[in-house]
Amino acid sequence: MADVWVGSPRVLAVNPVIEARALTKTYGELVAVGGIDLQVAPGESFGLLGPNGAGKSTTMRMIGAVSQRTSGTLSVLGLDPDTHGPEIRSRLGVVPQEDNLDTELTVRDNLIVYGRYFGIPRAACARRADELLDFAELADKAKVKVDALSGGMKRRLTIARALINEPAVLMLDEPTTGLDPQARHVLWDRLFRLKERGTTLVVTTHYMDEAEQLCDRLVVVDHGRIMAEGSPAELIRTYSTREVLELRFGSSRNAQAAVDLADLAERIEVLPDRVLLYAEDGEAVLAQVRSRGLDPTTSLVRRSSLEDVFLRLTGRSLIE
Amino acid sequence: MSTEQAPATTGEGSVRDEALAAAVRPRRFGAWYVAEHRLRSMRAYGGTIVIGGIGQPLLYLLGIGLGLAAFLDQPVASGAHGPVSYLWFVAPALMASAAIGVALDEFTYAVLEGFKWRRLFWAMNASPVSPDQIATGLVIAVVGRMGFVVVAYGVLVVLFGATGSVLGALLTPVVAVLGGLAFGLPLLAYSASIKEETGQFAVVQRFIFTPLFLFSGTFYPLATLPIWLQPIGWVSPVWHAAEVGRALSYGSPPGAWPMWAHLLVLVAMAAGGWVVGRRVFVRRLR
Repeated sequence: MADVWVGSPRVLAVNPVIEARALTKTYGELVAVGGIDLQVAPGESFGLLGPNGAGKSTTMRMIGAVSQRTSGTLSVLGLDPDTHGPEIRSRLGVVPQEDNLDTELTVRDNLIVYGRYFGIPRAACARRADELLDFAELADKAKVKVDALSGGMKRRLTIARALINEPAVLMLDEPTTGLDPQARHVLWDRLFRLKERGTTLVVTTHYMDEAEQLCDRLVVVDHGRIMAEGSPAELIRTYSTREVLELRFGSSRNAQAAVDLADLAERIEVLPDRVLLYAEDGEAVLAQVRSRGLDPTTSLVRRSSLEDVFLRLTGRSLIE
Repeated sequence: MSTEQAPATTGEGSVRDEALAAAVRPRRFGAWYVAEHRLRSMRAYGGTIVIGGIGQPLLYLLGIGLGLAAFLDQPVASGAHGPVSYLWFVAPALMASAAIGVALDEFTYAVLEGFKWRRLFWAMNASPVSPDQIATGLVIAVVGRMGFVVVAYGVLVVLFGATGSVLGALLTPVVAVLGGLAFGLPLLAYSASIKEETGQFAVVQRFIFTPLFLFSGTFYPLATLPIWLQPIGWVSPVWHAAEVGRALSYGSPPGAWPMWAHLLVLVAMAAGGWVVGRRVFVRRLR
């Protein structure tokens, strides 16, 4: 039972597949990643949640052994990316933010050609390509040129390509950005199946719902630093209340309403279009709001989400 | 390091050992995998390559051998056994130009496609293959295409009787490929450094390749030109490759420069472009 993730986020039961300490990347004056610590256990689904430009992709590039760290230590699969880049990359699957499929080749040939980069014999590549096309639900598109695929299909093909070497860790950088809701759900379903099979996933996203769907544990990243760490539920428990009451009074009245209601909630956030009241029981707070004679144009009680955690930690929304 | 002693049965030990084993082949053959991919992609425009590779020499040899040559009263050059035919003179220069034409095709837009438009090099980069292997693989594939073109040229040259010796027929294609690389590898280095394509390749085609083709002693001896135009030939891979090819074909040493000097210039240009080009690839992808 050694391979089990236990309790506290900072204590791991086994040797982590990824371990970073004080990991830093600077470009001249610009600090892209400002000294982060993280560990990923085998079989875990780990997320980096943060807005665009937070340093997520740079971190992924360092873990992926394609960008040298400026300082700190980094170990991936027990190896140092500075000295064992090809070794590490040969056991990773990488799904980049932008698709970079070969549009001159067919769907199936894309997989075969890519498998060759890992030194996999042609026949094995072909066999594996057919399995992966089934998994990605693209078997009927095998002989089609990539250009003819929809955005969601291209993403699934990119994921299939990243699995051609049966990687120890699958790294996904913003896997569903730019996809429509239906395509996102199909993709999440496929990723969930991988997770069930025990594949270690490392996901970056600026979508809180994606982080909640896919990640066992995540770090919230902003300005190249880790702001918080834990499972989605833990983070919500620690940094937010159980429920949130969203009220709209009209953009000119929101700020004044927040002042009037300050004592009703544990915390209040005023956004340009609405006021958020953080409380354990949203309905109860709403009743009190009404009893004070304040009449919001719309009201909504919902569960706290990672969006609220992020707002609390950084004072900003994830998607601006 | 403690992980060195870790038994292979623990989680990390086994993934670590798997990684060490998995990279052995890519470290050794990575460039060949890249070349394999490029050659597979070339099949998409394989028809153009084959028709161009056979059609172009056919047109030139017919047009010049049957047309232009008929107007020439004085011999263009002399070999070991007296004056040589005009076709003997032009064939090595045309062959080198054809190899350079392949370089113009493959080391311009295709490079930007890899870095920017389709980002293929980034996909390769995420695999165990390293940036210098990507550059090498690209060159291997282009040498393959050049090889096809110059061999097709060589066969037609022999059929047209456009060479004076067996040695010339066998070695001129090799020299032509060297000429193609002397032009192509510096071009590869330049293309790899371009971030935004704003017509640079059209400039290379019109203001570098075309003058080199016209003023490199391709259709008449370089010495025919006024001295102030001759330096274009001295820096031109077309001239150096053509002079070597002619010497082999005629069976007599080349005119103005010794054979080794021509070869040295070609090798230096190719090697210089290669060293810089690999460096640009590594800098851009890492």
